[in-house]
Amino acid sequence: MSINWFKYSSPASFYPLAGSMIPWFTAAAVLFGLVGLYVSFFVAPLADWQQGQSYKIMFIHVPAAWMSMFIYVVMAFWAIVGMIFKTRLSFMMGSALAPTGAIFAFLGLWTGALWGKPTWGTYWVWDARLTSQLILFFLYIGYIALASAIEDPRRADRATGLLAIVGVVNVPIIYFSVKWWSTLHQGSSINFNPAGADQRALSMTDSMFVAMLLMTFCFWCYTIAVALYRVRCEMVEREKNNDWVQDLVKSGDA
Amino acid sequence: MAEYFDMGKYAFFVWGSYGMVAVCLLVEVLMLRRRRRTILHQLSRMIRIKERESA
Repeated sequence: MSINWFKYSSPASFYPLAGSMIPWFTAAAVLFGLVGLYVSFFVAPLADWQQGQSYKIMFIHVPAAWMSMFIYVVMAFWAIVGMIFKTRLSFMMGSALAPTGAIFAFLGLWTGALWGKPTWGTYWVWDARLTSQLILFFLYIGYIALASAIEDPRRADRATGLLAIVGVVNVPIIYFSVKWWSTLHQGSSINFNPAGADQRALSMTDSMFVAMLLMTFCFWCYTIAVALYRVRCEMVEREKNNDWVQDLVKSGDA
Repeated sequence: MAEYFDMGKYAFFVWGSYGMVAVCLLVEVLMLRRRRRTILHQLSRMIRIKERESA
């Protein structure tokens, strides 16, 4: 079976494909979200022995922070693809992801602050993990501001693409910050490489891990659905003078 | 049940987190839907005007 991937790099053929995928990812996000919330609140232990019930914040804090990092990497990927193949759709994918990435970066900081207060006694400290995550949030804001500040879309694509590629170095810094520096932030919640054989691979019970995984899948599907929806808006806005857009609007299929 | 929602005195922190996530995602979806409606509305008006001019 061979699929001509380049066919879908043209907005005219990607537009209906994206539209047909949105309901599936929306449904999956709702399903994962409902089951994930159920497991978070009714199956996972009521309270952590150290942190009490405040640990419930983990089920959204960790997935949101993961998503914010992952989305930026995907944006850098699309920027590189766009720079190499000069496909305008690649840049649209990048800018369609940026607002959602900014939201997850903000949510990571927000839920982290609300988790930090009861566990550390403070909403905010300037430690490596928190500071590099704040920089990620500002990178998203910078990307969005840059995109809206430059009138010519091709120049805007080049500028935002460059910011995505340069800024991506911050992602490993965030990820490894808890190892490289002594931080107030705890180490990874999931440790696939335990130091000793008798040590558990997970620093949490299975039901907690399942809840976190389900919420991660929920955010994943949500992000894909929203990004596809936004990229469709972006395509119509940018190519409103092209025949394919006008034909779609005329036939009522847009 | 009320005791459960109390979250062992962590109610503000736990519900403050989950609430903000819910609000942010909801607002994003609503804003996106409005963006789509606006652009399609503008476009169909633009096309109507163009057709009238060429007719």
